[in-house]
Amino acid sequence: MVRLFGFGAGLIFVLALLIGAVIPREASVEDPVKKLHLYPREANLAHDGPFGLGVFGTFDRAQLQRGYQVHKEVCSACHGLERIAFRNLGDLGFTDAEVKALARASEVPTINPQTGEPAMRPALPSDYIPPPFPNETVARLANNNALPPDLSLIVKARPDGQNYLYSLLTGYDKPVPAGHDVPVGLTYNPYFQSVNIAMMKPLNDGQITYADGTEATVEQMSLDVTAFLRWASEPELEIRRQTGVATMIFLFILSILSFLTYRKVWANLK
Amino acid sequence: MSFPWANQYQPKSPLMQWVDSRLPLPRLVYNSVGAGYPVPRNINYLYNFGVLAGIALMIQIITGIVLAMHYSAHITTAFDSVEHIMRNVNSGWLIRYMHMNGASFFFIVIYIHIFRGLYYGSYKAPREMVWMLGVLILLLMMATAFMGYVLPWGQMSFWGAQVITSLFSAIPLVGESIRIWLVGGFAPDNATITRFFSLHYVLPFVILGVVILKIWALHIPGSTNPTGVDVQGPQDTLPFHPYFTAKDFFSLTIYLMLFSAFVFFMPNALGHPDNYIPANPLSTPAHIVPEWYLLPFYAILRAFTIDFLWIPAKLWGVIAMFASILLLFFLPWLDTSRVKSATYRPLYKKFYWVLFVNMFLLGYVGAMPAEEPYVRIGQIATAYYFAHFLIIMPLLSFIEKPLPLPNSIAESVFAKAGKKPVTVGAVPSAAQPAPAE
Repeated sequence: MVRLFGFGAGLIFVLALLIGAVIPREASVEDPVKKLHLYPREANLAHDGPFGLGVFGTFDRAQLQRGYQVHKEVCSACHGLERIAFRNLGDLGFTDAEVKALARASEVPTINPQTGEPAMRPALPSDYIPPPFPNETVARLANNNALPPDLSLIVKARPDGQNYLYSLLTGYDKPVPAGHDVPVGLTYNPYFQSVNIAMMKPLNDGQITYADGTEATVEQMSLDVTAFLRWASEPELEIRRQTGVATMIFLFILSILSFLTYRKVWANLK
Repeated sequence: MSFPWANQYQPKSPLMQWVDSRLPLPRLVYNSVGAGYPVPRNINYLYNFGVLAGIALMIQIITGIVLAMHYSAHITTAFDSVEHIMRNVNSGWLIRYMHMNGASFFFIVIYIHIFRGLYYGSYKAPREMVWMLGVLILLLMMATAFMGYVLPWGQMSFWGAQVITSLFSAIPLVGESIRIWLVGGFAPDNATITRFFSLHYVLPFVILGVVILKIWALHIPGSTNPTGVDVQGPQDTLPFHPYFTAKDFFSLTIYLMLFSAFVFFMPNALGHPDNYIPANPLSTPAHIVPEWYLLPFYAILRAFTIDFLWIPAKLWGVIAMFASILLLFFLPWLDTSRVKSATYRPLYKKFYWVLFVNMFLLGYVGAMPAEEPYVRIGQIATAYYFAHFLIIMPLLSFIEKPLPLPNSIAESVFAKAGKKPVTVGAVPSAAQPAPAE
C-alpha cells in the first residue's frame, strides 16, 4: 500500500517536474550590468599574513592609526561608525591620554543638569562615536537621496568585504564603457554591484597629511582605511586567531594521545 | 539489554552499590554507553557520527543558553544585542561563533549520519523506529535552525522569515490566515521575533527528548554494521566501553579540530554577509537564500514552474518540499530488500551514489538565482530525488540480485585480519555476569 501510493506520488512529482523542464520558456534577458561588474582585487594587508591565510596575522598598529585618520578626516563626513566607542580606539595603539583627547574633540548630546534642556558636552572614552547625521531623512537630504551606510560592520556585511572595500575605493576614474549611461548624480565604479555608485570619488592623492609622514596616495589611504574597517568589523580578530592557534595545538596533541589510547585499547584484539 | 551475553552491572564501590539499589541510574548508564552495551565489532568510523551528533547538540544547547543571557528579543535591540555579545561580552565572540558554526556542523554531522544510514540500510527492520525518530529530529532541527537564523534580525533573518512563512500562504483557502497566525501579523515583526525566540529556546530540549527515545529504541536491536549481517553471538560484539568510547573520543578530537578551524579562522565562511546588515523591511536583498544546510530543500521548493493538475506551481513546490522529508518516514517500507548493506547490493550502490551527488547538485541550485540553466538542472535533480525514493528503491528490491553475504560479523572481521576470533569480556554460553575486560 505504501509502495503503491508512493509510486503514484513519485510518478506525479516526476511528471510535473519533467513537463515543467521541457516546456520552453522565455529566454532570460542578460543584465548588461553583469558584464561590466568586476570581482574585487586582492588587498594585501599585514594582518592577512603570507598567502592571505592570516592564521598568525596581527594588525599593523601604525596602519590602523592611519586608517582611523582617513576615516575621521574623510569618511566620517557622511558615514557613521556607531558600534565603536572611543575607548575601543585603545586597540589601535593609542595611549589612554590620546584616547581621551580623541574623545574630547567630539561632542555628544546630553541634558543640561541645571535647566533640563538638551545640550552638548565633550565626549568621554565610554561614549560611542557620534553619527554624522541625526537621522535617515537628514542623511538622505544631504546626499542626493542616497543613504551612506554605517561602516562598523561593512567588511563583514559585503561579500569578500576587505577586498571589496579596497577595490571600490581604488576603482574610480575608470573610463565609462561605450554604450553604458551613468545616471545623473551617480559615478561609474565597476566594483560596485550596480556599477553606478552614489558616493563620489572620496579619496584623492595628497588629500590628507599623515601624522607619521607616509605619502597619502589613493592606494595607501585605501589600504589603510580598509585595514581600519576590518578592525572595526572584527575587533576580536587577533585574540580569536591566537586562541585558535592554542586550541589547535591542544587538540592536535589530544588527538594523538587519544589515537594512541584507542590503539592500545584495541591492541589485545588484533 | 536484549543481548544475553551483555555484561551485567556489578558495582564495586559500596557507594555505587548503595545508589544502584535505590536508583538504578548507574545501571542505566552502564547499559547504554558502558560495558553493558555490546556493539558489533566491525563498525567503522561512519558509525561515530551518532555520538558526534549528540555532542554537537550539547554544544548548541550550552552556547545557546549563554547567548540567551545577553540576547534581547526585540526588533529594535536584537541586532544591537548580538553586536554587544560580539564586542563587549567577555569571549562573547567565541560563544556566538561556536553557536553559529555549531549549527552548520550539527547539520554536517547529521547529513553524514543519514547517508551512513542509507548506505548500510539502518532504517530496515527491526530499526524502523530508530530511523523514524531520526527523521523527526531532522525536522525539529530544521525548524530550530530556521528560527535561530531569524533571531539576529539581520537582512537575511527578516527576508528568510518572510519567504519561509509565506510558503504557508500557498495552502488553498486557509493559507493566508495560517501565515498571519504563524507570523503574528501581516509581516515579520516583533511578535515574530519573540515567538521564534521562545520556540528556538524550547525546541532543542524537545530534540534532546527525542534523542533519548532514539537511543532507547536503538538499544533494543543494537547498531547495524557494515556487513548488514545480524549479530549472532558474543564473538560478533565488543562492549561499548572501553572499545567504542576510546574510538569515539579520538573521532571527537578530529571533529573539534575541524570545528575550531571554522570558529577561529573563518567564522563567517558558512554565513551570508547580508545578515550583518540590520533588517530593513523596505529593502529586499538581491538574492534571498537560506543557510547552506537548507539549500537542497529550497531547490526542491523552487523546482516547480507549471500549474499541473489544476494545482498552482507554488503549492506544488510547498507540497514537494515537505514531501521530500516526510517520505523518509516511509523508507523502511519503500525498500523491501532483505539485504541491509549496500556493500552487497551492486545495483542499489550505484543509485545511492547518484543520490549522493544529486544532493550536492540540489544544494548548488538552491544557492543560485532562479534563472536558466539552474531552474532546469534543479527540476531534473528534484525529479531524481523523488524517483530515487518512491520509484527506484521499491523496484530495486525486485530486480536486484544481491552478492553473497558473509556468514557472520566475526568471520568477515577475521577473514580480513587473517586470524582466529577472540572473544572479549563475555561468557559464550549464557547470560552469566562477566568481568568488564
